[in-house]
Amino acid sequence: MDKSPNWRETFVTAIVKTCGYSAVVFVILIFFFLLRQGLPALFEVKLGDLFTTRWYPIENHFGILPLLTGSLVVTVGAMLIAIPFGIGTAVFLAEIAPRWMREILKPLVELLGGIPSVVLGFLGILLLSPFLRVFLNLPTGLTALAGALLLGAIAIPTTVSIAEDALDSVPQGYREGALALGATKWQTIWRVTLPAARSGVLTALMLGVGRTIGETMAVMMVTGNAPVMAIKLTSILSPVRTMTATIAAEMGEVANGSTHYHVLFLIGLILFLISLAVNITASSVIFKSRKRAERVLS
Amino acid sequence: MKAVPLILLVSLLICSACGGSPGQTTPSAGTSAYIQNKGSDTIVNLALAWAERYQTEHPDISISVTGGGSGTGIAALINGTVDIANASRAITADEIKQAKANGINPVQVVISRDAIAIVVNPQNPVRRLTLQQISDIYSGKINNWTGVGGDDRPIVRLSRETNSGTHVYFLQTVIRLGDPKNTTLFSTDTLLLPSSEGIINEVRQNPNAIGYDGLGYIPPDLMNSVIAVAVDAGGAYVIPSITTVNNNSYPVSRDLYMYTNGQPTGAIKDYINWILSPEAQKIVADLGFVPIK
Repeated sequence: MDKSPNWRETFVTAIVKTCGYSAVVFVILIFFFLLRQGLPALFEVKLGDLFTTRWYPIENHFGILPLLTGSLVVTVGAMLIAIPFGIGTAVFLAEIAPRWMREILKPLVELLGGIPSVVLGFLGILLLSPFLRVFLNLPTGLTALAGALLLGAIAIPTTVSIAEDALDSVPQGYREGALALGATKWQTIWRVTLPAARSGVLTALMLGVGRTIGETMAVMMVTGNAPVMAIKLTSILSPVRTMTATIAAEMGEVANGSTHYHVLFLIGLILFLISLAVNITASSVIFKSRKRAERVLS
Repeated sequence: MKAVPLILLVSLLICSACGGSPGQTTPSAGTSAYIQNKGSDTIVNLALAWAERYQTEHPDISISVTGGGSGTGIAALINGTVDIANASRAITADEIKQAKANGINPVQVVISRDAIAIVVNPQNPVRRLTLQQISDIYSGKINNWTGVGGDDRPIVRLSRETNSGTHVYFLQTVIRLGDPKNTTLFSTDTLLLPSSEGIINEVRQNPNAIGYDGLGYIPPDLMNSVIAVAVDAGGAYVIPSITTVNNNSYPVSRDLYMYTNGQPTGAIKDYINWILSPEAQKIVADLGFVPIK
């Protein structure tokens, strides 16, 4: 009788530990799988050929630069939309909106996040891209901009939800202190609340970026998928082909073990490394800011 | 409650994946059989219509039909995961080599014919083009509709993805004008859309667009803006139809194929024989494709 809780304790601890470690193990396994399938591409295709501007895999043109720039343009565009809108909405919900409005709005924003991206893609094809073509007088509405707008809409709910939680958990005393010193509401938000919630807000943004880089379906439907180099300022208004859309569109067709197959895995590896870099940057920034905050407090 | 069908489906998939030769059940008559059919998106609607009709006549046979593109279907045949691969292009030498390496022997049957219709927005006044003009448009030599006698508008080129048999056929027959030494490619700014619907939808709403797709996929509202094609400028401009495909006057038409592993046997053989029968070929015509014979 005495031993049973102890046994349970060990058992539950073991399960929890397994869960914790399994995430790490899976990431490492996936990474090694990507390495194993992707690295052969570097030997099968000359490095010089890989970094060219022509992507036409069925005739052995494996230039991945258009795909890299395509993903970059769409992601940056989406973040330019999602960051101000996401933080703005979060600030409004946490600091300005009355309690009742917040209780209606926040679940609605989170519901937006629950809309499958393929449905947003449909709206993009049927409504957004024709509108963009007519409104901006473009040759076609299937552009990086359409992709960026949709991705922005996909990233905003994640960003808002987490940033709002972070703002909400800033102690009320901070705001009262600022107001007592004569700061206006805006000064309090900008100088006190937002900086205090910085790490949470940054996490929100990084998760938003993560969703943006990895999103596939909506992007494939609205960006036109033309593998052109997106290096001019006007590239946002022209069709692009992203890395995720390329993998999704072509993975089904390739023969196992062919060069094309390995190059697609190499693209997956590059995507993985980009996400990793974004996450490492984010956590180091958060870590630094925390250390400084601790220094200030001590 | 929901999990039960899912588990069934998953176990079915696993069974068919590990079985090596799915669908080939015992030869005794009257037994049920499960035929997996996958490949060309051009053929998928036709294959579905056939499968539906055949299953009502033969309740003991179940047929699953999926699309994904000719390349996808052939890849699945090579990997041994389907019984019949649909393809809107012939299997390549490379693919045959891979199949042989996997112990698969692809056998080809022509199941119907198809015309590739080139289509523009109804607002676009251009209604006839030569093969050379279409090639110049898609390879990026002509970038404005004035170059082919149209309005002053930029040309937006639409194409299927590279895993589509229609894409490969169009590249070889139209852009390269059937010349195997020609290495012209699609202009890089050609939009590669993942589905026929994507192309039709963009052509319907964008007056700058030009697209191509199987004749069976052109909806009635775009039938009037299908381009009449001539082999050279002096020749006759021909609109795609069952008649013009059968008398070989429409230059952009092709055979559609099914591939099996080895000569078909049992239920698969019966099914393919039925597909070639007049009854099934009538469905071909109903869906806008061109029946064989």
